[in-house]
Amino acid sequence: MSGAAQVTKRAKYKISVKDPGTPGALRMNDQKLMFMPDNRNSGAKLVVEFKSIQGHKYTKEGSNKPPLINLANAQGGSYIFEFDSYADLHVCRDFVSKVLEKSKETPNAALEKSAVKLPDEQLSEEEMQLRIKLLQENSELQKLHRQFVGGNILTEAEFWAARKKLLDIDPSKKSKQRVGFKSAMISDIRPATDGRTNKVTFSLTPEIILQIFAEKPAVHRAFLNFVPNKMTEMEFWTKYCRAEYLSRTKNYHAVVAEAAEDEELAVFLKEDDILANEVRKKIRRVDPTLDMEADEGDDYTHLPDHGIFRDGTKESNELQSEHYRRTLLQDLNRHAAVVLEGRTIDVEREDSTRALAEALARSKRGNEGADNNANEERLDRTPRVAEIEDLQAPHCLPLAPLSIKDAREYFDSQQANTLKASRDSQASMKCSLSRQEAYGSVRDAISEIKDMGLSDPIVNPEVALKVYSGLTHNISSIKYHLGKNPRETVLDRLPSATKEKLLYHWMSIQELLKHFWSSYPITTPYLYSKVNRLKDALSNIYPQLEVYFWPEFTAFA
Amino acid sequence: MASAPSKLYSDDVSLVVVLLDTNPFFWSSSSLSFSQFLTHVLAFLNAILTLNQLNQVVVIATGYNSCDYVYDSSSTGNQSVGNGRMPSLCATLLQNLEEFMNKDEQLGKQEPEGRIACSLLSGSLSMALCYIQRVFRSGLLHPQPRILCLQGSPDGPEQYVAIMNAIFSAQRSMVPIDSCYLGAQNSAFLQQASYITGGVHHKPQQLDGLFQYLLTIFGTDLHSRNFLQLPKPVGVDFRASCFCHKNTIDMGYICSVCLSIYCKHLKKCSTCGSVFGQAQTQSDEPSATNRKRKTTDA
Repeated sequence: MSGAAQVTKRAKYKISVKDPGTPGALRMNDQKLMFMPDNRNSGAKLVVEFKSIQGHKYTKEGSNKPPLINLANAQGGSYIFEFDSYADLHVCRDFVSKVLEKSKETPNAALEKSAVKLPDEQLSEEEMQLRIKLLQENSELQKLHRQFVGGNILTEAEFWAARKKLLDIDPSKKSKQRVGFKSAMISDIRPATDGRTNKVTFSLTPEIILQIFAEKPAVHRAFLNFVPNKMTEMEFWTKYCRAEYLSRTKNYHAVVAEAAEDEELAVFLKEDDILANEVRKKIRRVDPTLDMEADEGDDYTHLPDHGIFRDGTKESNELQSEHYRRTLLQDLNRHAAVVLEGRTIDVEREDSTRALAEALARSKRGNEGADNNANEERLDRTPRVAEIEDLQAPHCLPLAPLSIKDAREYFDSQQANTLKASRDSQASMKCSLSRQEAYGSVRDAISEIKDMGLSDPIVNPEVALKVYSGLTHNISSIKYHLGKNPRETVLDRLPSATKEKLLYHWMSIQELLKHFWSSYPITTPYLYSKVNRLKDALSNIYPQLEVYFWPEFTAFA
Repeated sequence: MASAPSKLYSDDVSLVVVLLDTNPFFWSSSSLSFSQFLTHVLAFLNAILTLNQLNQVVVIATGYNSCDYVYDSSSTGNQSVGNGRMPSLCATLLQNLEEFMNKDEQLGKQEPEGRIACSLLSGSLSMALCYIQRVFRSGLLHPQPRILCLQGSPDGPEQYVAIMNAIFSAQRSMVPIDSCYLGAQNSAFLQQASYITGGVHHKPQQLDGLFQYLLTIFGTDLHSRNFLQLPKPVGVDFRASCFCHKNTIDMGYICSVCLSIYCKHLKKCSTCGSVFGQAQTQSDEPSATNRKRKTTDA
C-alpha cells in the first residue's frame, strides 16, 4: 500500500457534515492535497499543505454513514471530503496517515538525519538508525555530537570512529543471560488427586523435565534408550510418574512387587547408578595433600542408616531391597548440586523432549573430557607438592656477605665535593656584597637593636590583621579540606551550575584531545587540516574557562 | 612535697630549640632587614616564655662557617647585660650573637662564589638534637621538645645526607621540626623535615608580619596542637640530591642494598660496595630509576 506517491480520487468537498458538498477531484501527494471542483467557477478550489494537518477522522465501513474523511488543521478548522465508495476512503485514509506519520518524525530526526548523511560514506539504513538511536538515548553523546560535528570541528566519520564498540553491538547477537534452575525442587512433582474418580494427574512442563534429567542421570539415560524405540514418550512419563507415586506411598512391598514385574519401572525406582559412580569418583579425586581426612568413608551415600527415607520411615528392615529406597538428603543434595552447576541449555530452544535430552547429553560429554585432564594433572602434581621438610637437604642459597664501609670516609669525601657542588646548585638571588661588608652589615644591625631596643609596635596592627585573616582563610580553604572526606570531592563544593559547566568542558576537552593525538603522526594534508581544526577548538576553550571560573578559583586561592 | 614537681609539669610545657639563620650573605640581600627580623624573633621568644612558667627556649645560631648555642633560658648565668632597656633575654642573646658573628667571620676565609651561599643547617640540627637527647635523659619530668627552624638561605645539596640523617633521628625520637622559610624559593629540605617529623612548615607571604606568623602557627605547644588546625602545605617537594655530585635530581639510580642515590649508572656503590650487574642498555643519561636488573648472562 505504501508504493503510491500520489492518490487521485473523486470526492465531494464539504464544509460541514450537513453540507451537500462540491463534487470534484481530490489529489494528494507527499507535500499537499489539492481539490479541484468539477465546476471551475465555483471557487471551492483547495490546496492544503500536509504540514498544517494535525489529524484525520473517518467514518467506519460498517456504519450507515457515507464514507467521509475529516482532516483537522492546526487552526481548528477541518476539511471534510466524501468519497464515492469505502474503498476509495480506505486508500485515501492510508495515504493520509502515512504522510502524517512521516511529517511527524521529521522535526526530531531532521537534525540528526541531515548531520548523519555523508557524501563520502555509504551508510546502510540500519546503521543510521542505530546511530540516531544512540544519540537519542545518550544525551551526553548528543551534546558532544552537536558541538563538534555541528560546529564542523570533527566529521561524522571521525566522531564515530572512536566509538566503534557502541556501533558494533548487534542486539540479537548479544548472548542472553540464562535463567538458572529454580531452587524449589520442582522435579519432586506432586500429582493432583481427584478424590471422586480416583485419578491422579501429574503435569510435566519442559522445565520440570529438564530438571528431572539434570538431577537423575539414570532417568535421562533411560529416556534416551527407551524412547522412541521401546515405548512412546507418553508411556515413559506414565511409568515414571507411577514410580514416583509408588515410592511416595508407605507401601514398601508394593514397590518391590511392581519393580519385580516391570523392568522399566524398576529403572525409576532403583538407585541411580550413574550418580553413585560419580560420587565415588569425586571422593577418589580429593587431593590428599589438601585434605588428609578425606577417604572412602566419606562416600556417605552408600552408608546404611543414612538419612530419612522418602516414604517417611526411618528404619531399614530389609537389606537386599535397599536399592529401592531413596533418602531425602540425597535428593536435596543432588538438587542443590545441579542448581549450583548452572544451566547449559535453554528450554525454549528445544522443540521436543527428545531434543532436550540429547542436548543435555552433549553438554555432559563435553564436561567429562575436561574433568579427566584435570584429574591427571592433579595426580601428577601430588608427589611433587607433598614435601616432607625433615628429609630435605639443607638449603644453601648463595649469599654474598655485606660489606658496609666505614662511614667516615664517605663524609670526608663530601668536603672535596663541596666546592664543586656549590658551583652547580641553582640560586637566583645574588649577593653583591663582599664578605666583609656582609658581616659588617649584620653586626650593625645587632648594635642598632642594642641601642634602640625593640621597635614599638613590633608589628603594625594592619599588617598583623592581614596576616591573621590570611592564615584563617588559608586554613578553612579548599586546600585544607582535600583528603579529609573521601567521598567529598572538589567538584562537590562548587555550585552546581559551575560543576555542570566544568564537567561539560572536561568532556569536550577529552574528546578533542583524543582525536588530536590519534591524528599523529601527520602524514596527509587531511590530517594536517584536522589537527588545525582541533587546535583552534582547543584554544577556544581556554578563554571560556577563564571567564567562567577565574573569579571562583581566585576566591579559593 | 615530693609530688609538687609533678604537679607543676602539665601537658603543655614545651622546650623550643630555635635555629636562627645568621648567614650574612642572605641577610644583606633580603627584603626583611636583620634588625627587624631579630625584633620579631626576640618578641616571639619572650612570648613563649610567658605562655608557661616552665617553658624553655634555646637558641642556636646557624652561621656560614659554624654553629653555636647563643641563648639558653634555663641556664643560670643570665646576667642583666647592658643598660636595662630591654629584658635580659634580649640583651644576653644579642650579646652572644655578636660574639658569634665575630667568631664566624674569623673562621671563613674565602669569598662566596656568586649566588647566596647556604648556611650550615645540618650542623645546627645536629646540635639541637643532641641538646634534646640530653634533656630526655635528664629524668622523667621534662618539657616536650620541638625544634623551630628559621631559615632564609637556600638548601645546600651537599648537606643532603646529613640533614636527612638528622631528620630521621628526629623522627625516631619523636621531635617535631617546625620550619619557617624566609627566602625567595622553596626549601625542599625544610618541607621534607616538617613532613616527616610531623611539624608545621610555612612560608610567610608578608615578612613584615613575621611576629604574627610566629605566634599564630609556631607558638602553640605540642599537646594543644591536637585541637588546633594549623596551615598545611599542599604538596611536599621530595627531591633528593645525588650522592656523587650533590646535584638535586628528580630521577636517578638507587643502590638496592643501601638505598644510596646516584645520578648516573655506576658499577659499584660507593657507600656499601655492592657490585651492580650489567645494564641492558648502555646509555649515558639516567633513564632508569632502579638498578635491580638481572644480569643477561646469568
